[in-house]
Amino acid sequence: MSEVTAKQVLFEPIFSNNPIGLQILGICSALAVTTSMNVTIVMCLSVIAVTAFSNLAVSLVRTQIPGSIRIIVQMTIIASLVIVVDQILKAYAYEISKQLSVFVGLIITNCIVMGRAEGFAMKNGPWLSFLDGIGNGMGYSVMLLFVAFFRELLGAGSLFGVTLLTPVNEGGWYITNGLLLLPPSAFFIIGLAIWGLRAWMPEQVEEEDFKMSRHTHKEAF
Amino acid sequence: MAKAKETVSRTLLVALVLSIVFSVVVSTAAVVLRPAQIKNQNLDIKTNILAAAGMLPNGAGAEEIESIFAQFDVRLVNLDTGDYVEPSFVEVSDPMKYDMYKAASDPKMSTNIPSSEDKAGIKRRPNIAKVYTLSENGEMKRVVLPIHGYGLWSTLYGFMSLEGDLNTIEGLGFYAHAETPGLGGEVDNPRWKSQWVGKELYGEDKTEPQIRLIKGGVDANAADKEHKVDALSGATLTSRGVQQLVNYWMGDRGYAPFLKKLREGEA
Repeated sequence: MSEVTAKQVLFEPIFSNNPIGLQILGICSALAVTTSMNVTIVMCLSVIAVTAFSNLAVSLVRTQIPGSIRIIVQMTIIASLVIVVDQILKAYAYEISKQLSVFVGLIITNCIVMGRAEGFAMKNGPWLSFLDGIGNGMGYSVMLLFVAFFRELLGAGSLFGVTLLTPVNEGGWYITNGLLLLPPSAFFIIGLAIWGLRAWMPEQVEEEDFKMSRHTHKEAF
Repeated sequence: MAKAKETVSRTLLVALVLSIVFSVVVSTAAVVLRPAQIKNQNLDIKTNILAAAGMLPNGAGAEEIESIFAQFDVRLVNLDTGDYVEPSFVEVSDPMKYDMYKAASDPKMSTNIPSSEDKAGIKRRPNIAKVYTLSENGEMKRVVLPIHGYGLWSTLYGFMSLEGDLNTIEGLGFYAHAETPGLGGEVDNPRWKSQWVGKELYGEDKTEPQIRLIKGGVDANAADKEHKVDALSGATLTSRGVQQLVNYWMGDRGYAPFLKKLREGEA
């Protein structure tokens, strides 16, 4: 494995190796928690914290973990950290933790966390792993905030809960786009974002699985 | 070294140590943060009660909410007879500590609702409810009643606040539900909720609640407009759920016996 620098580990996941954009991981929560910016930011911070500290913890004990139980060991570490984060949110950010409800708990199943623990922290030192966790958490956050920006602005006419486009329901002029408040809309926005990202960085476009050859054989008549 | 860590005893040891370490971490977090969480939950309930009663100032802090809420008397009511009961009856020291939704799942503290009567879709009803009253100089000014029932996707939990005549609605608010955002989720819309203010629950006979959620807006000249509320557009089932649960809880299986006694000054 080639040497990686701290800077690469921290910043590459943001655009050039985005966990959602390129690896297509963590889509579930990207659909679920992106209806408003406030909630999204808290979710992002939680994911950054969990990814960073689970990477750190896994990396610290990586030489001790027997191969046969390594996945369950990583899972235990991640699950414990998620519970701690959930408890902290309930104690200090009660309103937002109510809105995030089950999705904080579901960070456990976020493929990004597990993917980084198994893919990076098992092979690299604690400091690099910690940075890798932060980097990937930020990559996830950038995409979520991008999605949440459009969903909250066009779906509810506000940003961070501050009304910018007064909706008809409250006596204004803006007809809110109900679709953007529903999870499928996040698919469209993520799709467009991936398109944009790959137009900007064409090296992210995957090779086609196969090439269609010219049709040469003539069938009947 | 690569070999040494693959033995069975080593695997068991790692699993054991890991479990112990992380159970300590998790339980410490839970125990240390518990008081702050309980405080938050209680404050949240009080905030919702004040919001339903229209008594919540904008951007009120925790202390302000506590001091406004202190005006309320928290009482427990036997729903079947409509009489107040002592907190000791449900084995709590402080009525605030009684959880009527937890009681609803305890067979000893709740009643099964036959499906023909279960308009609110809640299956079991607690025998004892927790009500919040506000009186000034011995005169009843305001009663806040917890209500809940099924909408389209979820059970809606909320409070209804009544004026001193125990008939005029002062406010309605749901604090927990999972209805579709933008459609049924509009039960939270302040503009929609403001329509409820001033509506009347009961007709002349003061027994059967008459609330109807209707389509197409309430005609200002309609005969019984005081019982009618404009339904939520695009949310027929949520609207129906709200209508049913309000009428269930204000009916004789709900708070009607209690309100009747209060009105007669007997409770």
